[in-house]
Parts: sequence; structure tokens; C-alpha cells
Amino acid sequence: MSILKPLPHDAAALHVSGSAQYTDDIPTPDNTLHLVFGLSEIAHGRIVKTDLTDVKSASGVSCVLMAKDIPGKNDISPSPFPEPLLSDGTLNYIGQPIFICAATSHLLARRAAKLAKIEYKKKKAIITIEEAIKAKSLLEKPVVYNKGDPENTILNSEFNLNGTINIGGQEHFYLEGQAALAIPHDDGDITIHCSTQHPTEAQHKVADALKKPMNAVRVQVRRMGGGFGGKESQSNALAVACAIMANQTGKPCKMRYDRDDDMIVTGKRHDFRIDYNVGFNGKGKITGIEFKQFVRCGWSADLSLAIADRAMLHSDNAYFLSDAKITSYRLLTNTQSATAFRGFGGPQGMIGIEQVINHISQYLGKDSLTVREQNFYNNPSKRKNEVQTTPYHMQVKDSIIKPLVKQLKSSSNYTKRRLEIENWNNKNKFLKKGLALTPVKFGISFTLTHLNQAGALVHVYQDGSIRINHGGTEMGQGLFQKVAQVAAQEFSQPIENIKITATDTGKVPNTSATAASSGTDLNGMAVKVACEKIKLRLKSFLGKTYKLKATEIEFLNGSIYCKGKEYSFKSIIKQAYENRISLSATGFYATPEIKWDRLKGKGNPFYYFAYGAAVTEVIIDTLTGENRILRVDICHDAGKSINPAIDIGQIQGGYVQGAGWLTTEELIWNEEGKLMTHAPSTYKIPACSDRPRIFHTNLFHYEGNKKQTIYRSKAVGEPPLMLGISALMALNDAIASVGDWDRYALLDTPATPEKILFEIQKQIRGI
Amino acid sequence: MNKIHVNTSVNGDNLEFLCDPRETLLDALRDRLNLTGAKEGCGTGDCGACSVTLDDRLVCSCLVLGVEAEGKSIGTVEGIAEGENLHPLQQKFIEHAALQCGICTPGILVATKALLEKNPDPTETEVRYWLAGNLCRCTGYDKIIKAVMDTARDLREAS
Ligand code: FES
Ligand code: FES
Repeated sequence: MSILKPLPHDAAALHVSGSAQYTDDIPTPDNTLHLVFGLSEIAHGRIVKTDLTDVKSASGVSCVLMAKDIPGKNDISPSPFPEPLLSDGTLNYIGQPIFICAATSHLLARRAAKLAKIEYKKKKAIITIEEAIKAKSLLEKPVVYNKGDPENTILNSEFNLNGTINIGGQEHFYLEGQAALAIPHDDGDITIHCSTQHPTEAQHKVADALKKPMNAVRVQVRRMGGGFGGKESQSNALAVACAIMANQTGKPCKMRYDRDDDMIVTGKRHDFRIDYNVGFNGKGKITGIEFKQFVRCGWSADLSLAIADRAMLHSDNAYFLSDAKITSYRLLTNTQSATAFRGFGGPQGMIGIEQVINHISQYLGKDSLTVREQNFYNNPSKRKNEVQTTPYHMQVKDSIIKPLVKQLKSSSNYTKRRLEIENWNNKNKFLKKGLALTPVKFGISFTLTHLNQAGALVHVYQDGSIRINHGGTEMGQGLFQKVAQVAAQEFSQPIENIKITATDTGKVPNTSATAASSGTDLNGMAVKVACEKIKLRLKSFLGKTYKLKATEIEFLNGSIYCKGKEYSFKSIIKQAYENRISLSATGFYATPEIKWDRLKGKGNPFYYFAYGAAVTEVIIDTLTGENRILRVDICHDAGKSINPAIDIGQIQGGYVQGAGWLTTEELIWNEEGKLMTHAPSTYKIPACSDRPRIFHTNLFHYEGNKKQTIYRSKAVGEPPLMLGISALMALNDAIASVGDWDRYALLDTPATPEKILFEIQKQIRGI
Repeated sequence: MNKIHVNTSVNGDNLEFLCDPRETLLDALRDRLNLTGAKEGCGTGDCGACSVTLDDRLVCSCLVLGVEAEGKSIGTVEGIAEGENLHPLQQKFIEHAALQCGICTPGILVATKALLEKNPDPTETEVRYWLAGNLCRCTGYDKIIKAVMDTARDLREAS
């Protein structure tokens, strides 16, 4: 058995010895040029005059390109809306690339680019959500999902509350910055090594920019030093820039962003404002709800429509809403193009409803968990008319949220700790503790249905060793190892006999981005299909040669058994090869059952849901707003986990990243639209010292995914990020205790010490 | 600008290289000596991905100039293993699955090794604060701490 095992990451031994190669580590030929972008210094307006003479004559510079020099399309957009690589004269944010400078070293290119003299004509820039609402700066017309009659049910409900929460964005801060290397070939073809989650799209955009067919472009990626969604579309710029410069100069070209450039140029998680209006009864059961989601998309469409959709699709989180209306406003602003980030809008949607639940509980003077329990989706019911639906009319048939929360509640000692904290808070004047349990229900599948497909290539060599390739990319999530485990399982071979190779558009074409947590689900299945093909051929060969039925041939414990007699895998493969049996196959998989109309807001956008829950305990200092996470307990659903070690790593990392987003990671733009927090010196991601003191992480054990996913496992990339919401709700709880829970603590995110202090003051002064 | 000739020792080997006086030690290691184990995560001393030791002192190589390596001895991640044999710390990182994308790992190993050489019996809090300058975006740090504590225990028992 190779699955269900906690095997280490496939390249762990390379990582610890420092020899694992990332894009920036690939040895480059001597004549390689190093590129940087010249960036816009204004947020909105146009270029009046560009004088690049000093750039061109600077030491080491060999070529400078502008939009007009691109042979094909000046476009790096992942959506049908255009997005120029280099400004076409109009400027839409501070940091927008205007020209590419190529020099003999990275340092010289950087120095030279600073010498550009550009005259601008400024226009009024729209930076904030409020400004965009005022200016009616919309990307498309508002999208509405509706179920039942929320307006009336709210009107007729026992209680009614409304409020607003502002949710900040998040920088990906993948530790490996964006990077690409283009190598031109003698026949005009080009190979690009790129740190990207979406090699096929990079290939497509490079081909368009060079006016070449896709078969002239090959994109490869062995591994990334983190992606988190930030290398889904944002990596296109570097791939295309290197390609056009290599095409122009005939030399290898490499580009890597410095951290500052990376943060200034690339998009981040979307900021949101969410308004809510909710009706409920005395037990806290929600009877009707209306959400308005205002989404800051930045200057271009990018993946914003799908992200805003997913936020709407998660505005119920794990709660059954009988009557609900969600309206989403997609706002264009003069800031970086907000983009994919782990959770893809889902986290923001969930925060809306979690905030509502905390609001209701504090209003009713109840523990927030009892209110949550009032509203959870039911366990699946056999009776059709009892199946509950989401606000987008999809039936929830696989809910395990109730048993999962029940288990976590007892393993974390929730009830007892709740009382202890109350006592503790009564005795302590300046320090206050808070506790919260929040659930996660996350829909798995790309909401753009056609993306739910994957291909794979499996080779068995004549000596019995196996090499696999698939369209998924490795960014640290352990995809390669999990997929290798699938192949090992299928052939019943030790994992050491399986090699997995760099993702390569020359091997598996037309792949989807490694995103939407779909990596293992899709690619694992595609590899399984390919392995099955080869196994079938082997069985038919053995059947014919030795007069056996297919059921008499088994792949077991590393060998092949024919009617109970053991043969080594190697010997059978050798025989098969000598008998001219094909030992290589492709596999293809498309997720079944999904169908979705995004404009109507109706259908089954997801194949299944992944669940989880976390309890966080925090402590705050009411004099300074300083705070710490004291303890975290997590119970998470990975179905039947293919690799518990990797999955638990994803869960813990996801939690910490989510909690970081909501507490310390603050992005600040000044009035001009300049991002002021563009380095780790001013933008604080969680450090080792912030790690929760007590951190209990468990997988939820049960029979596994109801759907026929790969070995009944569930996707685990994104869902755990949203476990971090419990940290925000726990802070909210601690603040409310200052005012004896008679006033609602409305905490915008990130809940920095300043914001916490401000809320505490409001509690104390009763404002 | 004229290149400067630097004599130094890296992981016990005497080496020499030419570098621009403005170049960082990190760039010199990566670009002149092809030692790409140390990574650039920020270039400003805030992430620890470029950690190396300079005469046994833990430094961010992005904040040291290449020319400052003159006459000093540098330790990088490439020198932690002895030939084919991984250092116990490296083995524990694999065992505890204490890495995901792995790009922070070299810096964290160099920093941890420096800690354990100074303090073979650190408390968990000491480890946490010692490594506070080494950012990791993937793991949430839990397994890293466990791997370090476990190594320290083993090394103490072995000595
Ligand atoms: S690269 Fe040196 S500390 Fe980040
Ligand atoms: S493992 Fe990715 S940054 Fe640490």
C-alpha cells in the first residue's frame, strides 16, 4: 500500500541539502540577459513623453522594449478581458509595467531602469472601495443570487440586525518571488522555465505575443517556492517579457522580481466590504438574510469575476439559509489587479456569515457556538424533500459538519474552557481571553466548468522503473508525491520505483491551472487512468500467453501474481516489452456531474464539499491591543487522506496563513494609490514566534468522500485557510467581553492591535 | 566597475572569486560560486532565506557584501551534510515533514544548526524566537519546531 501513508515530500532530501532547483537556481548560459520592468509612478493617467536615452546608454544595457515592439499581442490576461503586458499609453496603477530593460546583470538592469524620464498627464485615481462605489466604477453589472423571499422573511422575523464589515486584502508572499527564464532555439522555438501554476496559459500568452503557434513554445516548471494563487495569472508577465526579449535579441533572458517589485507589480487577495441584513429568532436561527458584497478588483478583470462568484457561493459557509439574497458589485480601481489567492473569494464570503453569527450571538447573549449549531446544514437525508439547498439551489448531500463539530467540541474541551475563560476574564482587569469555533464548508471544483479536466503520461521502462508526468504543478503542496503514490498503488510498486518529472507543456498539453485545490483530484485520477490502461494491456498479454482469466492476475506487494504464483514486476515487464506490448499510456479525467449557470446563480458548481472546523483561544491586552493566539484545535476533513503527513502540513500552514491574513497582514495604499507596505519590513506575515503555543491538528476519520474521487480522498489545498477565521472571531469574542457582551464588537480585518484597541475603547465608552 | 579579488573559505574549502564591490555575499555565492542553496526571499534582511554563517556567526548573506568574505570562513546549507550522509537535523526535517515548498528550508537549517551549536538544550520558546527571523509561508512552523526539538534531544543523547 502506498496510499494513506505519511510519506515525506518527494524532493525532501534535495530540499534539506539545498540542492533542489527553483527557477532562479537554474544555471544560465553566459550570454544571458537579465530583465526588469520600468514601472508607472502614477495611479491613473497617460504617458505624454517617454525618454529612455539614459536607460539605453547605461552600463550593461543591451536592449529596451516598449509595447509597440511586441510582435504579436500585448496581452497577458487570463480572462476574455484584455490586460496589456506593457502600457499602451494609458496607466492604471502605480507599478504598472511600461518598458522592459535588458542588461548583462540583474543589478545593472535595475539601476538602468531607474534612469527613465517619463512625463505623465494625471487623471483622478479611484483607490478605495468607497471611491469606486461613488464613481460607479464597475467591471460588470451587479450579480444577484436569490433563493426564497428574504425581504419578507426578514421583515417578519422576531429580530433583525444589520451591519458592515471591511475585509482587507492579502499579499501572497510566496517566499520564492516570481521568476522566468526563456531560452531561444535555433529553429525559432522557445523554451520557458517559469515559476507558474499555469504552464499552459503561459505557453498560450507567449505564443500570442510572439505570433507563433503554441507548438513552438514549451513551458516547464519543476517546482515553485510557494504559489498560493499568486502564480496563476501573475506569472504570465515574466514569461512573456522574457520570451519577447529573447525573440528580439536571440539570447537567453531571465527575469525575477525583487521583493519590492513583486509586491508593487502583482495582484493580491481582493479587499471586500460586506453589508448584511439578517432576520432571526430567539434561538439564533437565521430566517432570512441579505448580503451585499463589494469587491475591489483592481485595474483589470484578471480572475476577478470567478473570484467574486466564489465569494457569493460561500456566503452560506456551513449554514443552511432558507431565504437568502446575495448581490455582488465588482469594482474597478486604480490599484494592482487583485487576483487568485488560496480560497479564491471563498474566505471573504465566509467571513460575512461568520460575522453575522457573532453579531446575533452577542445580541442574544448566547455563546456563539450554540447559534452556529442552530444553523448548520443537516446530516444527509435519504428523503428527497428533506435535502437542504444552498443559496444557489445546489443540494447539500454530503454534510458532515454536525458530527465533525461535535467531535472537535469534545476533543477541544470547548464547553469547559468557555466557562473557565469567563471566570478568568472576570478576575483579570487588563488581559482578556476570547474563544471561538468556526466551521468550514468549501466547494471543490473550478466554477468555470471546462477547467475541470486533466491529463497524464505514464511510462514503464523495460527495466520495470516507472516515470510519470501530469499537468499539475508542484508548489510545496506535495502534489507530486501524492500522485506518485497513486501510481505506486496502481502498480503495487514501492514509491522509490516511481519518478515524477517537471510539468511540461511538451508532455501533457492543454492543462488547467493547479488551482481550486483540484491538483490531486484531477491529476491523481488522470494518472490512475493511464496506469489502468497499461495494467489492462499487461493482463491481456499474460492472459493470452498463460491462458489466464483477468481475475487470476493480481498486482500485489510489489509483484505480479498469476493464479497465485509470484513473478517479479521486472520480469513480467521485460517479457511484455519483448512481446511488443506498449508500456506507455496517456490518461485523461474530467470531473463528472458539474453544471453551473453563473449568471443565473443556479446549478451544481461543485462536485463535493470539504469540511473542517477550528477552535481558537486568544488573549488580548486591553491597554495596548496586543494579542496572542494561545491554543488552536483543528478537526479537518481530507476524506480518506492519501498522505496524512502532507495533508496535516497543508492544514496547519493554511490555518496560520488565514490567521495571518486576518490579524497582522495589513496592506496600506496612500492617497495617491501607492502601496506603502511593499516588503516584509512593513508587511508582517506570521513568524515562528507567532505560531500558536498549543496546536492540535486532527483529520476527521470516516468512510471518506461520498463521491468517487481518487481513493475517496478530498482536496485539502484551500479549505484549511478558512479555519483561520476562528482567530478573528475569538478576538471579537475577547473584545466583546470588555463591554460585558452588551455591545457588538465589529472588528474589521486585519484585526491589528490598533483596530483592536479602537474597538476596546468603543466597548469601554459605550459608543 | 572594477572587480575585486576575494579569498575565502566556504564549507571548509578555500576558494577565490571576483566580484563587484557592490555585490552582496548572497549574489556572490549564488552567481560566482554556483552555491544556490541560500535563497533571496527579500534582499533586505527580513526573511532569513539567505542565512549563512560567517566565522560561525549567523548572518543574512543579503546584508553582507561579497568582499567582506575576504579571509573569513563561510558556512552554507551545502556544507551541513557530510558527503552522502545527511546531518541529523536534515534527517529530522525529512522525518517530520517539516517542509513543503522547501525554499525556506536551507536558511532554517543553517540558523538552527547555529543555534544548536551555541545552545544544545534550547527550550521551545528559545527555538521559536531564535527562528523568528526565518519566514516560512507554507508550513505554519509547527513541524519545524518539532523537528528542531527532536534533533536537539537526539544530539544530546548521542553526546
Ligand atoms: S533574502 Fe536575506 S533576509 Fe531575506
Ligand atoms: S516550506 Fe515554503 S516557505 Fe517554508
